[in-house]
Amino acid sequence: MSVPRFWRELDTRYNLIGSYCKITKTYHYPRRSFNPEAGRESIGSMEDYQFKGSGEIVSSTVVHQAQTGYEMFGPYCMAIIELDEGPRITTQIVDCDPEIVKPGMKVKSVFRKLGEDSESGILHYGTKFIVIEYNEVEESEENIPDIEV
Amino acid sequence: MREVSIIGIGITKFGELWEKSLRQLGLETGLAAISDAGITSKDIDALYIGNMAAGSTLQQEHVSALMADYCGLASQNIPATRVEAASASGGLAVRQAYMAIAGGFIDIAVVGGAEKMTDVSDSESSYTVSMGSDEQWESKAGATFASLHAMIAQSHMTEYGTTREELSAVSEKNHFHASMNQMAQFPFQISAEAVSNSGMVSSPLRMLDCAPNSDGAAAIVLCATEKAKKYKKKSIKIIGSGQASDTLSLHHRKYLNQMPAIKMAARRAFKSCGKKASDLDLIEIHDNFTISEIIALEEIGVFKRGKAAQNILKGETRLGGKIPINTSGGLKARGHAPGATGIAQVVEVVQQLRGEAGERQVKNAKIGMVENHGGTAATAVVHILEGE
Repeated sequence: MSVPRFWRELDTRYNLIGSYCKITKTYHYPRRSFNPEAGRESIGSMEDYQFKGSGEIVSSTVVHQAQTGYEMFGPYCMAIIELDEGPRITTQIVDCDPEIVKPGMKVKSVFRKLGEDSESGILHYGTKFIVIEYNEVEESEENIPDIEV
Repeated sequence: MREVSIIGIGITKFGELWEKSLRQLGLETGLAAISDAGITSKDIDALYIGNMAAGSTLQQEHVSALMADYCGLASQNIPATRVEAASASGGLAVRQAYMAIAGGFIDIAVVGGAEKMTDVSDSESSYTVSMGSDEQWESKAGATFASLHAMIAQSHMTEYGTTREELSAVSEKNHFHASMNQMAQFPFQISAEAVSNSGMVSSPLRMLDCAPNSDGAAAIVLCATEKAKKYKKKSIKIIGSGQASDTLSLHHRKYLNQMPAIKMAARRAFKSCGKKASDLDLIEIHDNFTISEIIALEEIGVFKRGKAAQNILKGETRLGGKIPINTSGGLKARGHAPGATGIAQVVEVVQQLRGEAGERQVKNAKIGMVENHGGTAATAVVHILEGE
C-alpha cells in the first residue's frame, strides 16, 4: 500500500478515531464527514470522537486459509465486534486460542502491527482486539504462584 | 418501454483453462451466441462486457475495446462498454443491455462475460475475489472473502439453527446437477459426508462449501422482442429486471445473516412483471458459498426466513423437487468465473426454458429466475425470464 494511503488514516487506525453525529447523536467508524442516515444536513455536524475501545463479539471465525500478509498468523480468529458506542468493526482477535472466541465475549482494543510493505518497506500499525474475560483468567492464574512464593 | 428477448446463447466449459486467453474465451462464446441467434456482426448495435478483475489478474484494463477488437467488431467502431460490480459484473452487464434496448436506444446487443482467474497464483486470485468487499476495512484487516461468509454462516446457524448437514446438502445437490452438465468445471457427484469432512477454510465453512475461482466465458444476444421473430423462431423474454445495492462492508449491516440487496432486487424484478416467488419453475442462485444459496432463497421469498436450509436438505430444490435450484451445478460445481458467472446463469435458464437442458431438464419449465450478486451482496441483480 502506498505510504499516503495508509498515512491519511493514521489517527483512525492508531487511536480509533471515528465520528459523532450531533444531529442523530450516533457514532460512526471509520471517520465519516457525512452521516448516511442524516443526509446532507449532517455535513458540518460530524465531530471527531475517540472510541473507548471496548465492545463485544458479534460473530467470529477461525481462518485456516489466511489472507495475503497474514500467513504467519494462521489459523487466526477474525471477528465482527460491536463497540460499546454502537459501530461495528471487522478485526483480528489476538493473544488467545482462536477456537475459544464466541459471540457475546467482551473485547478491548490493543495497538498492534498490521503488516509491512516488504522487508525494507514501511510497517503498518493499527488496532486489533483481545478478549478481556480470557485475559483476566490468565492474569489471575499467573498471580497465584507469585503470592505463594 | 419495449420488451426484450434473448435470441442467442454461448458458453465455454468453466475450469482451469490454461491454454486459453481472456480474448480467446470471449471470442469463442461471442461467436457461439451470434451463430445461435442467427445474426451477423452487422446486426449488432452494441457490446456489453462483464469483467471483474482483468486489471489485477492480467494487468489489462479496457476490456470492452479488447473484446470488440478480437470479436471482429472494431472495424464497425461498435459502442463497447465494460461493466464491473465484482461477481455481479455479468448480471449487471445484462441489465445495462436490457435497459438500452427497452429504452429504445438500440435493437440488438451482445452481452459477454469473461474472466481468467488461473493465470495468477491461488493466493492472488483469492485476494482478487476479496476486492469485492472493503479492501481497507475488511481485507487489509485480515478478513478473507471466505471468512466474511463464515461469519454470515455462523450468525445464520446461531439465529436459525442451520446445521452442518444442511450446508453440505447445498453442495451435494449442486454437484449432482453438475454431473449432468458437461460444461461444468466439476461434472461429478460428491457426497454430503465429503463436504462435511473437507478441509477447513474458515470455520464453519469448509473447502467444499466454497466455489472455485475459475476461468470461463459466456455470452447472450439480446434483441427487442418486436424484432426477435426476424432472427429466431423461439426466443426467451426477459420479463423482469431488478438491481439493488447495500453497504460495501458486511459489518455495517444491521443483520449479518440477511442480504437485503437480494431481497430488494428480487422485489423490483417481481414488481416489473407482476410475478411472485411461487410462479417460478427454477432459479439460478449465486452460491459462491453454500450459506449464500440458503440466504438468497430466503431473501427472494422461496422459503420463509430460517426455513430454506431444511427444505434444501429435504430435496425440495433438487431436480424433480418443488423448485430446482442451480440445475447448472451453480457456482460451486459449474464453476465461478466472476464476470462470466452472471451470464452463464442466464444461459442455463434459457436452455431450460427452451427445453434444451437434456438430462437435467426441469419439466414444463416456463418461468425462471437468475440471481447474481457481488461482494457480500453489496450489489445484487435479479432477472426473470419467460419461455414461449
